[in-house]
Amino acid sequence: MKKFNPALALELMLLSRYFEEETERLFISGVLHGTTHLAIGQEASHVGLCMALDKDDWIVPTHRCHGFTLSKGSSPFSMFSEMFGSRYGLAKGIGGSMHMPDLSHKNLGSSAVVGSGVPLACGVGFYLKYKKLNNISVAVFGDGASSRGSVHESMNLCSIWNLPVLFYCENNLYGMSTYVGNAVSVKNISTRALSYSMEGETIDGNNVENVFDSSLKAINYIKEKKKPYLLEVMTYRHKGHSKNDKRIYRTKEEETYYLDKDPIVNFEKYLLEKKIMTETEIKNMEKNCVSFIHEERVKAEKLSSNILSIKELSDLVYASSDYDSISYN
Amino acid sequence: MTYREAIRQALFDEMAFDDNVFLIGEDIGLYGGCFKVTEGLIKSFPTRVLDTPVSEEAFTGLAVGSAMLGLRPVVEVMYADFYTLIIDPLVNHASKTHFMSGGMFSCPLVIRLPEGSGTGHGPQHTQSPQAVFFNEMGLKIFAPSNVSDAYYLLRMAIRDNNPVLFFENKILYDSVGKIDKKSNVSLKAKVYFFGKDPNLLIISYSAAVQTSLKVAERLKNKGISSAVIDLRVLKPLDVKTINQYVKKIGNVVIIQDAGKNLAMSSHILSAINSDKKAFDSLEKPVLVLGGIDTPVPFSKELEKNIRADEENCYKKIINEFFK
Repeated sequence: MKKFNPALALELMLLSRYFEEETERLFISGVLHGTTHLAIGQEASHVGLCMALDKDDWIVPTHRCHGFTLSKGSSPFSMFSEMFGSRYGLAKGIGGSMHMPDLSHKNLGSSAVVGSGVPLACGVGFYLKYKKLNNISVAVFGDGASSRGSVHESMNLCSIWNLPVLFYCENNLYGMSTYVGNAVSVKNISTRALSYSMEGETIDGNNVENVFDSSLKAINYIKEKKKPYLLEVMTYRHKGHSKNDKRIYRTKEEETYYLDKDPIVNFEKYLLEKKIMTETEIKNMEKNCVSFIHEERVKAEKLSSNILSIKELSDLVYASSDYDSISYN
Repeated sequence: MTYREAIRQALFDEMAFDDNVFLIGEDIGLYGGCFKVTEGLIKSFPTRVLDTPVSEEAFTGLAVGSAMLGLRPVVEVMYADFYTLIIDPLVNHASKTHFMSGGMFSCPLVIRLPEGSGTGHGPQHTQSPQAVFFNEMGLKIFAPSNVSDAYYLLRMAIRDNNPVLFFENKILYDSVGKIDKKSNVSLKAKVYFFGKDPNLLIISYSAAVQTSLKVAERLKNKGISSAVIDLRVLKPLDVKTINQYVKKIGNVVIIQDAGKNLAMSSHILSAINSDKKAFDSLEKPVLVLGGIDTPVPFSKELEKNIRADEENCYKKIINEFFK
């Protein structure tokens, strides 16, 4: 049975937070172009889940993917490089902030079409079952995506075929600007599981240990019962939907209320209270994480002008095929 | 052997060759598929022929995800018209997988699409939408016109490491032929000659090739030599072969089983226009023959106007080039 490692949880959450803060600075100062979707405030959800997964369990994140990608094991350098558009990026600079696939860390990469990664994750679950592997696939989606037909079709399909898929719904209360209460017909999205004869649960997603425990319970259920599971993780994004969001759709009071639920601040308090870590240990960890993220960014920035040639880019449109060499008779 | 049986044989042979190949779609198991193409395959491969709920987007997306990890799914979309339901997993995912992941993942996926009119199924079960996909990058489009090509092209499609749209013309399912064991495994267009020193080049694909071959035979009987190009693969379009013969022949006609707006003619014309020598070789503007430019009507008499008609094509060619 996997055990929760509090120091590792804090370290991963800090890395995610500092990565996002560094990313935000780079976008605001115009060093990075395009757009990005920050998950500051949702760290417990990414870290708790990924710590509960086995190395060979697969994940299909959303466009808000940095926290999951880091927690699954990808290097900040390869992620920064992706956003700098260089050949050292996870997708060689072709994907950008929303596309960070990593085969070596069993991360299929995200779809930037809300809710479209979910059927792909079912395909991963199908592959695992087809190959008789005892691993699972995680389909991450948000409250916004929960209204997509693709998500409903996928839940039905995984249920009738008993595919090892964890439907992991990060409910951060807003699909872009739309409040979940104005978009979703049920109070708890996890109750949708009932319609597909699945187990479902809604949990506090701002407590990393709680996310870890609930994720582990769901993962073990999927592996033992060979059935899918729907976990709804309640959280809140501190920043806007994407780069230029002024957040006119929510009040300062609401934001303050949720800032008090900051998963990192509260977890540090808890670690001190329970004497799991000392103040010095925490400060040192913070310092180390800040400088590690900084170094990775600097390294990626230095190499950022090394982009793919147009020839290399064009050659990636099609994969090569070798049917010419095979005799069919 | 029929066209239907050739496709079934290709599926069987590839499933026997590679355990990663599986079939997925609606009513393709015991029922054998809407057009009985997969009939009996579930007996040979009970765990690899998967009947799905009516959830095209989910099961196509599932196929894409599994292909990214190395399985080789063959998806049956009951009627090609339902391509609208698989567009997102196909266009935004399958066809961009290799590119978007910097080559980390590929998507060896086949989508079988029964297309074409003449069956009385009305406007939403009879379209020939091959050209709709021409503008999308990262995928291939196969459209076999005969038994042998149906067999070999499908086997190639399954071994291709890219998504392939495999269009089967419903009118051809019962057509009979042989698998030509000497036929080259190739994505190139095939050229048929009717007499020496052809005066006319007919370019065609899918079932309209059969019409084109009959027209060419009639022209030959009238002393007019011609060559017929069966494109076989619409994407990548074999521009080289097209222009090689346009340069030699100069009188060019395109015959297709759909109206100009839906069919491949504009893409073929663009290929000819892009080659100065080919363009300069044209004796006259290219003649485009085929169906009227409307969606497919139900009425038996009206529906006939959607397909290229042998008699009409013959007369128009004589009028245009040989009067």
